[in-house]
Amino acid sequence: MANYFSDNEDLQFLFNHLDLAKVATVQEDNFHPSNSPTAILYAPTDAADAIDNYRRVLEITGQVAGEHIAPRAETVDLKGHHLNSDGTVTLSDAVRDNLQVLAQTDLMGFTLPRRYGGLNCPNVIYTMAVEMISRADGSLMNLFGLQGIAETINAFASPEIKRDYLPRFSRGEVTGAMVLTEPDAGSDLQAVSLRAWQDNDGTWRLNGVKRFITNGCGDILLTLARSEPDIKDGRGLSLFLAERGPRIKVRHLEEKLGIHGSPTCELVYDDAPAKLIGERQLGLISYVMSLMNGARVGVAAQAVGIAEAAFRVARQYAHSRKQFGKAIEHLPAVAEMLVDMKINLEAARALLYETCIVCDLENNNLRVLEEQNTTLSEEEKKRRKNEARGWKRLNGMLTPMSKYYCSEMSIRLTSDAIQVLGGSGYMTDYPVERYYRDARITSIYEGTSQLQIVAAVRGVCSGAFEKRVEEYEQHPFSEAPIQKLHQTLVEGKRLVIEAIEFVKGRGGTYMDLYGRKLVDSALVVLIGHLLLRQAETNERKKQVARRFIETGWPTLQRDIALIRSGDTSPLEQLTTLAGPPPGVN
Amino acid sequence: MGYECVVCVKQVPDTTRVTGESMKADGTVNRAALPTIFNPEDLHALEAALRVRDQHGGHVTVITMGPGAAAEVLRECLYRGADRVILLTDRRAAASDTLATSYILSRAIRKLGPIDLVFCGRQAIDGDTAQVGPQLAEKLELPQVTYFEQFTDMIDRTVRIRRNVGNGWEILQARLPLLVTVLDSANQPRPPAAKKVMQYKRAHTMEELRRQLAETQPSLSEEQCEQELGRQVEQLQQRGLIINQWNLDDIQADLQWCGLSGSPTKVHRIQAIVLTKEGFTEIPPTEAGIRQMIGELIKDHTLG
Repeated sequence: MANYFSDNEDLQFLFNHLDLAKVATVQEDNFHPSNSPTAILYAPTDAADAIDNYRRVLEITGQVAGEHIAPRAETVDLKGHHLNSDGTVTLSDAVRDNLQVLAQTDLMGFTLPRRYGGLNCPNVIYTMAVEMISRADGSLMNLFGLQGIAETINAFASPEIKRDYLPRFSRGEVTGAMVLTEPDAGSDLQAVSLRAWQDNDGTWRLNGVKRFITNGCGDILLTLARSEPDIKDGRGLSLFLAERGPRIKVRHLEEKLGIHGSPTCELVYDDAPAKLIGERQLGLISYVMSLMNGARVGVAAQAVGIAEAAFRVARQYAHSRKQFGKAIEHLPAVAEMLVDMKINLEAARALLYETCIVCDLENNNLRVLEEQNTTLSEEEKKRRKNEARGWKRLNGMLTPMSKYYCSEMSIRLTSDAIQVLGGSGYMTDYPVERYYRDARITSIYEGTSQLQIVAAVRGVCSGAFEKRVEEYEQHPFSEAPIQKLHQTLVEGKRLVIEAIEFVKGRGGTYMDLYGRKLVDSALVVLIGHLLLRQAETNERKKQVARRFIETGWPTLQRDIALIRSGDTSPLEQLTTLAGPPPGVN
Repeated sequence: MGYECVVCVKQVPDTTRVTGESMKADGTVNRAALPTIFNPEDLHALEAALRVRDQHGGHVTVITMGPGAAAEVLRECLYRGADRVILLTDRRAAASDTLATSYILSRAIRKLGPIDLVFCGRQAIDGDTAQVGPQLAEKLELPQVTYFEQFTDMIDRTVRIRRNVGNGWEILQARLPLLVTVLDSANQPRPPAAKKVMQYKRAHTMEELRRQLAETQPSLSEEQCEQELGRQVEQLQQRGLIINQWNLDDIQADLQWCGLSGSPTKVHRIQAIVLTKEGFTEIPPTEAGIRQMIGELIKDHTLG
């Protein structure tokens, strides 16, 4: 009877540690009577009631993940989906069973408002659910974790579209896809060329090809298309809702390294009818950016979930496997690996859920501003706008940081898990090789690590980092060992700020060249503070924080020294140092 | 069309967590030392009934007989989609053996009116008798199929059932109404549904409400208490959140067949058996070694 929530001490700890009452209060509009249990039978009455609901939903998710999804994960990995001759896809039985149990337990409308049949859970709770589902089966996140599509419809589409489509998402009748990438538009989405035009009735029609589309065989396709042929950049793009039909065909299913349960499709649109979401021209610059931010948090949670699964196998194996007359966990090299794996996993989780809370505060302020535009006083509007702007700025840094840090951690950790198991880990007898294959995508899709750094480093250099850390530094600590660690972080921040000044003096290209090191240094400080807060209430977490900060400190110093070296040889001496391209024989 | 289904469930001590304190000095179960759970095979019985309703329509009514705390398993049924739940509770039913229990359950089911299918778990993990289902069928004058795994066909009033016979299965055809006892190999029970949990976590019996009130507002006079209770009940009733509670009078049970007086079973002796490990046997990894081990296992009836 595995339950992936109740067996996970760190998730339980965070559930109690995070300020969920604050999140619940904004999420539930201060428990306004129109949302009360007398109006909607499953609505909460107050913050304690809402938090009790969150805990229960996570217990259900944990049960579904542990008892239903995890036992099928190996089958999902081995059995692909089937592309039919009519351009439709038949999902494998195991994946369909997974979707059915998720629908039956009401988990497919996790964050949607209750009026559309959703659970109205905040992002932080949804992200915990995504983590648990990903621990059970990394690839299922791509179906379960696509609820951002419904959220995007909820945030930007017309009331008619919301009314027609959102209840179907909540009931789990439909799944969606975000259809962005094209053969010549990957990281650079401004180059999207799939054409949107209006026929004589005024119906929008989509024509062109999309590639690498996760769950492109889903029912509801949010499609980025060029509605303004004369505008060549991102401002010529709009977002459309197209429903699966005979004019949209899957031409090809990709063969991939991992996440086999997630069908990756090449789609052909043959003047397929579609509905415009929101306003023209805002497709990429507003809606997709918002959608992508949510999806990035989802991928970060997927990475953490897969890492959790891999760590557990490695930890168990190191305890039971004997070599040289003792369990290998007692070999210094293995012990160090296990400790680093676990600490990095908890560090990633600390960052991820802090990011989620900030997302919730930003999104809810924006939602209230929109929903109660006519009733709020001017003063209140101004206050909320300011607040939302502050959270958005912070989020603009934290979201790419989380995506980058969690995915890189997961790839390293799953690789180390194979290492701990040695030859056995390389074989398919143990699931760690699957975890590694599944984790590998997380630093690539929804924006590569390199692109996350470009976004994050701008937050680091534009004051968001400094402001946040200064808020953390205000927190008083009473215990001497924690105070000492805190001092290390204060010194770390000073070094990072100096490095930022140095980088700013050298211009944007230099900033991008040293972006990774700058972001890594800032992360030591940020995560260090988060772990110190956790250490206040938990003895074990004190040791976790100590190990993280004391091992992070020399790395920070090294990275700062490199940033301040002024070396730009990778740019100037590319051909000399990397050698000329070998050419193709 | 559709089928009226009744499921009998039981709250049991979690016998998988038996510790040294689980038994009192007199050999009876120390219920306070054991957490209670939904009897595992009853969850499979509930699932079988819910599947019939989901596929063919109808209703699922769940009955449990037990102390007030057994309302918890009824909430678990509501979380999974039961349409109606009834707590059968009465001090006069205490100490009922399987015969008295099946009599009381039969009275409650007769009170429900015409039904098509009764589902019981094969047996409960506390007594392990597997008697209540079959006895209940006799009392209700229904045909019974034990060791149910699934309906292979349901056409109008005729059903075909696959039942597990230990080393294989057989398919039986039967007419409704009918009682089945369900095995854990029948299905994988569904987890609770989130919205139903959020809604029905507030579902309570009168008795629970009264106890909550006494705890939260101990200063109320008896009259104020009844008034407040009435107000709460009315509110919850409107939202379908009152768990029905029946006693022996409600089901017109003949008291001589209930409780101690209706229970011919007498516990002769209870023995605490402590299994101790005594040494070990080394089996040589050869054909002859394996053959000898299997021979010994057959001889002491571990196998066969």
